[in-house]
Amino acid sequence: MSDAPEVNRGLVTPVRVVIALCLVAPFVAMLWVGSYAKTDPEFAGIPFFYWYQMLWVLISTLLTMVAYKLWQRDQRARASQKGGAPE
Amino acid sequence: MNDGVNGVALAVFIFFFLAVTVMGFLAARWRKAENEHSLDEWGLGGRSFGTWVTWFLLGGDLYTAYTFVAVPAAIYAAGAAGFFAVPYTILVYPLIFTFLPRLWSVSHKHGYVTTSDFVRGRFGSKGLSLAVAVTGLLATMPYIALQLVGIQAVLDVMGVGGGENTNWFIKDLPLLIAFGVLAAYTYSSGLRAPALIAFVKDTLIYIVIAVAIIYIPIKLGGFDEIFTAANEKYTAAKAGGLVPPEAGQWTYATLALGSALALFMYPHSITATLSSRSREVIRRNTTILPLYSLMLGLLALLGFMAIAAGVKATNPQLAIPQLFEDMFPSWFAGVAFAAIGIGALVPAAIMSIAAANLFTRNIYKDFIKPDATPAQETKVSKLVSLLVKVGALVFVLTMDKTVAINFQLLGGIWILQTFPALVGGLFTRWFHRWALLAGWAVGMVYGTVAAYGVASPTQKHFGGSAKEIPGIGEIGYIGLTAFVLNVVVTVVLTFVLKAAKAPEGIDETRPEDYTADAGDPGVEVELPPATAGTSH
Repeated sequence: MSDAPEVNRGLVTPVRVVIALCLVAPFVAMLWVGSYAKTDPEFAGIPFFYWYQMLWVLISTLLTMVAYKLWQRDQRARASQKGGAPE
Repeated sequence: MNDGVNGVALAVFIFFFLAVTVMGFLAARWRKAENEHSLDEWGLGGRSFGTWVTWFLLGGDLYTAYTFVAVPAAIYAAGAAGFFAVPYTILVYPLIFTFLPRLWSVSHKHGYVTTSDFVRGRFGSKGLSLAVAVTGLLATMPYIALQLVGIQAVLDVMGVGGGENTNWFIKDLPLLIAFGVLAAYTYSSGLRAPALIAFVKDTLIYIVIAVAIIYIPIKLGGFDEIFTAANEKYTAAKAGGLVPPEAGQWTYATLALGSALALFMYPHSITATLSSRSREVIRRNTTILPLYSLMLGLLALLGFMAIAAGVKATNPQLAIPQLFEDMFPSWFAGVAFAAIGIGALVPAAIMSIAAANLFTRNIYKDFIKPDATPAQETKVSKLVSLLVKVGALVFVLTMDKTVAINFQLLGGIWILQTFPALVGGLFTRWFHRWALLAGWAVGMVYGTVAAYGVASPTQKHFGGSAKEIPGIGEIGYIGLTAFVLNVVVTVVLTFVLKAAKAPEGIDETRPEDYTADAGDPGVEVELPPATAGTSH
């Protein structure tokens, strides 16, 4: 994720923190098995354990998409600041 | 399971299989390149595939016998514990997003085609590159073995040999047929065959998935009934359950994490990734992958449906094919079997070709015959792809086929040990090459010995992939424990070696290479041929 370090702009920016959070969130949610190892509440007859994880497929996708968009914007901003040279 | 041959299903199955095989042979002529004897042509499909063909190929890697047979079988046998495959695939996206674009950039800047190439260029170490190549070859074999088991399960349920027959030939006939078809068709047409066949296969698979996850639950009276029946079975058997017990949660989490870290270390995953046109394509594709995970989750539930439908399989791998045979009209069962069979065949072909390329490029050319001609390279590659399959066959014959998911997990234990050199190397040059090699060795030895020591009810060794984590006391995935050990050794030795001023080796990459994109100076969109000898 690290690019050519620019001292004036800094490597850690609020946008990058948000990107990192988006990418880390699925790990926290999925590896904390105790938080979802239960059958209730059910959804359409499917125990919580299963539909919750399937729901996270969608959440994780959304988070990755947000991270992708933010990253693109971040890169473009940096490129234009540097005077048009890509990355 | 062997209750006579299901004629209609078998006929439909054979029809699709023949169609696919004919396509495979025709594929050898499709968009024919100038020189069919170059390794590039056979092993990388000439590298002229567009984005959408690449995308289909990547899809071909994902829907394998793992999805269709192994994961639902694990659920059928053990319940919730087998569902770890879903969090596993969820964790893959942020990982891909983080490191694959960097790998794409540096590879396209320096013409790397394999992970070994990168490791050698980054750390200037032939030894480390060899270690990565050998691991890739070894780890691919059990993964291919899993595909063979998938094809075997389908043939078995259709009544083509197999069953509890005492005659070894009849009993192993499905396996031998599976092996024969795979070998013949990879040998003759290389990667072109999988690419073309992927279209047929994915269409079949989507139809079967859609029908299976809608039609079967309705026929069984809804998910309520399905889960109630499943719960009753686990309670009666005192094994498994609808949620992992307290003691199984570490196992669940470590299996998910370890598998996710391992996925993109496999030679075949890297081949597919590097053939995309730009680094942005990789990130964009990441956001589409979840469709696969969702399907995987729904297919996994088939394991519960098999229980509810009253499928009694002594070998859990047969549960899903048997469910299809019981629930569907014969002709559609044939379609479903063809989807599973071809769905196992294509990835197995892709895997064995990727492993063969790895051997030819990083072992044969680097260590055995540096001045090999392109024709020789192609010959060696084809031969090795065959040997890799023989290796896979050995795994099938010596390991417990009733827990096929173990094959993939065993491969994961090994391939995960290349993670520090590859991903570590993508982000930092801090690690010392010798430390990485030592860490790899420790991880490999620990992982293999630990896996060897796991007994299952049916065999004394390699009976499972989870074991007590030393120092923590919980049961966890051996691959992840070995990986942590690997990293600790690498870090400690790096400090020692740096203090001792051991030679660092030459790094041929520069920091800006890792962020270069298509269009930047020096970035080749089409990677050079896998062999240095050909230049077209």
